[in-house]
Amino acid sequence: MTYITKPLVHHPALQKNALGLTRRDYEGTITTLCAGCGHDSITAAIIQAFWELSIPPHRVAKLSGIGCSSKTPAYFLREAHGFNGVHGRMPALVTGANAANGDIMYIGISGDGDSLSIGLGHLCHAIRRNVNVLYVLENNGVYGLTKGQFSASADPGSLSKKGEANTMSAIDGCLLALTLGATFVARSFSGDKAQLVPILKAGLAHRGFAFIDVISPCVTFNDHEGSTKSYAHTREKNVEVVQADFVLPTSAITTAYEPGSVSSVTLHDGSVVRLRKVDEDYNPIDRDIAYSYIRERQTAGEIVTGLLYLSPDSSDVHEQNNTVPTPLSQLAHDQLCPGSAELEKLQRGFR
Amino acid sequence: MSRTNEFAFKIATANGTGSASANGLIMQAIFRMGIPVTGKNVFPSNIQGLPTWYEIRVDKNGYTARTPHFDLMVALNPATYQKDGAEVRSGGWLMYDSTWPLDQKLVRPDVTYLGIPLAEMCNTTFNGARERILMKNIAYAGALAALLDMDTEIIRALLKEKYSRKQALMDSNQKAVDLGYTYAKTHFTCPLPIRLEAMDKTKDSILIDGNTASALGALYAGATVGAWYPITPATSLMEAFKSFCEKYRREPDTKKKRYAILQAEDEISAVGMVIGASWAGARAFTSTAGPGISLMNEFIGLAYYGEVPAVIFDVQRTGPSTGMPTRTQQGDLMMCAYASHGDTRHICLYPADPREAFETATIAFDLAERFQTPVFVLSDLDIGMNDWMIPKLTWDDSYRPDRGKVLTAEQLDELKTFHRYLDADGDGIAARTLPGVHPKGAYFTRGSGHNRYGGYTEDGEEYVDVLDRIDRKIQRAARAIPAPIIRTSPNTRIGLVTVGGCHSACTEALDLLAREGITLDYMRVRGFPFHDDVRKFLESHDLNFIVEQNRDGQLRSLLLLETGIAPAKLESVRYYAGFPLSAHHVITGVKAKLEKAA
Repeated sequence: MTYITKPLVHHPALQKNALGLTRRDYEGTITTLCAGCGHDSITAAIIQAFWELSIPPHRVAKLSGIGCSSKTPAYFLREAHGFNGVHGRMPALVTGANAANGDIMYIGISGDGDSLSIGLGHLCHAIRRNVNVLYVLENNGVYGLTKGQFSASADPGSLSKKGEANTMSAIDGCLLALTLGATFVARSFSGDKAQLVPILKAGLAHRGFAFIDVISPCVTFNDHEGSTKSYAHTREKNVEVVQADFVLPTSAITTAYEPGSVSSVTLHDGSVVRLRKVDEDYNPIDRDIAYSYIRERQTAGEIVTGLLYLSPDSSDVHEQNNTVPTPLSQLAHDQLCPGSAELEKLQRGFR
Repeated sequence: MSRTNEFAFKIATANGTGSASANGLIMQAIFRMGIPVTGKNVFPSNIQGLPTWYEIRVDKNGYTARTPHFDLMVALNPATYQKDGAEVRSGGWLMYDSTWPLDQKLVRPDVTYLGIPLAEMCNTTFNGARERILMKNIAYAGALAALLDMDTEIIRALLKEKYSRKQALMDSNQKAVDLGYTYAKTHFTCPLPIRLEAMDKTKDSILIDGNTASALGALYAGATVGAWYPITPATSLMEAFKSFCEKYRREPDTKKKRYAILQAEDEISAVGMVIGASWAGARAFTSTAGPGISLMNEFIGLAYYGEVPAVIFDVQRTGPSTGMPTRTQQGDLMMCAYASHGDTRHICLYPADPREAFETATIAFDLAERFQTPVFVLSDLDIGMNDWMIPKLTWDDSYRPDRGKVLTAEQLDELKTFHRYLDADGDGIAARTLPGVHPKGAYFTRGSGHNRYGGYTEDGEEYVDVLDRIDRKIQRAARAIPAPIIRTSPNTRIGLVTVGGCHSACTEALDLLAREGITLDYMRVRGFPFHDDVRKFLESHDLNFIVEQNRDGQLRSLLLLETGIAPAKLESVRYYAGFPLSAHHVITGVKAKLEKAA
């Protein structure tokens, strides 16, 4: 259970980062998710990313909505403030928190029900505002806590655990983000920590809304025959994806493989997803090319992953607002209140 | 019959024609003559072409409530002509545009008709359709100046101030005023028996609407984050805040903003932003109306249970549903008191006029942060959007915000461990921490079940422990909210109880009833949960008339629920047709009940 605390005594030989902290210092409480849940792998990648970047945990605020994914902020960064809000509306909370104090780092954790159904409007507008947050959508195509209903990211024709076919089209978070003017769009896979960690780091470094759709299959409710999010389906279709190296937001994408080459990832249940890295025609700083490429590969049944789009000129909500550098929450009262003499003067206009 | 400085008149036009500036000019001129004056804008939910009215009450005694009796009608809208003509009291006057013949069917024998060829004069004098329409309005202001004996020098000065940088506009306006003035002087006996005479009763007052005053209050209280979704009649609150911030909240050298105003995608998000910003340590607020509160309910429950401050200005309009967006009501009293699912109870403040709207803002932020909970400020369209004459606003420079129990990095350093929901001081209020301050301060804010240590729980006893403490905390807040305004006289057995914007009508009604030998004690409730004085007042009177502006007697219901008073002691007097309450409504209601009881 979440209130069980992990032992804080660690092996002395654990590797330390620039702050002298080990990965254990970036952990939270023990997970309560199903054994083998993809979300736990994402949590591990998040821990790794923060640790590698040597970010002081208490300088981070982690916010989430409601659902399996939204439980996970309890499982990392125990020294960071957490806010488990209401279903789908974390973008509003993080927008407000960021307005009050833009000096700390924000990570928002959400799911496909949270982000693509009940909170779709809030996600869209947080993207439009370009709020400075790393936004992780843990996408499993299904409502887990209520036991197996389709989510808005479920593919048409896919079957629920009870055998019902989904008749509606899917909302693709990455395509949506691209059309809304998102400044950082990535897709990754919970089983691919090597790909995910660099993307998370890039997202944290990005000033603006860093949207990462992470496919995270639900082992309990969406791993059956007929589901397009099941491991069996993935194995059968041999879905090819694009993998991007970790990049700093200011530098170009560098790759370890030849253009067009394919690598394979073995999932925890033994199934394989082959990942293909960015090909020569791809341009991650061209929104239209990114969009049509993802769409084209999607039609071909592939899932394209990697850091798909990065805007070279992102201006976040504070830059747009021209806010003072001191967090608004820390301004002294005399910097805010015009005082009695000014009130007297101002009221001459009310006569 | 001559009545100096004690009459009311009404101007009927179509909206979008620029009549607002003419009406404002008239109001200000009377005010600057030192005569107490109030303006009520009765406007449609529309941009152009629908009927709109402006009611001006001049009262040497200082009564400011709406009056439904009009001595003079400026009837310039043919679409409402018949209705407007019928509203003039017998023996009164009606001004119309005599460019077109007066429909004889509409003529009443007991009303004097004052025809002025406004359109014709303006068409001859001015060029272009727009200017002709605008100046027609200014011309009726000029005619009124002659008919009511307004000080023309004051009008000249007002136009000069308003158009100091637009000479051409000033000239046109002055010309239009002169047109109307000269015509009236030449063709009628001026002034009418209802007339103005300079007094000295407004020098310590201002003319201001409640939304502007609330915005000013938020500015002075140190609010830095405003999140909102535009809605009538609350829009002008955030817009006024924005314009004050533009003026007072720019860093001197860099012109950078010491504020952030976020126009959200809906009211749900707006209040979510407020909660997020308050959670991160800023003073944050939203301005909305009933439909917005309906949407915000879920988040309000989160702030209540997660104990996050939030200030919500609710400028009430008529409900249910869309209702009449440009008409006033007190229809959200019940909803705000218990907003959101589950057991909740919220601090509500009820300002009666713009002056209190200004003062209440500071109180609201202090209470929200001290008690770590949402606070509602319930004004209404009448307070929020109409021009009120109120004593000048004052500010105490020694004021420092009450930020509540927020632990600093130093305090956290000294603490062994921090537990978010632990009632260390026994006052029901647990200390909170802000993100980014100290590793020891970290905790998890959640709307799910939690124990006193801030941990997730599904344990019944742990859950009840926290929920009961929050209840104690809010009940204690009753002592901190403004006490009711109470006026009693010896041996009076009947009380009149009201809330918010009903105040001016009720106090006028009490004076008028007293003249008829009916003496009532008075109490105006200023906050929820109710101060203990509220219960005491109700108990100490045999009968209490509860005056409010909604159909269901929401204040009465709240009083019954919260004070345990016998229902028979509370007699309801309600008016909810959407216009500001008048003394007439109160007197009629009270008398009817008294006669029934007798």
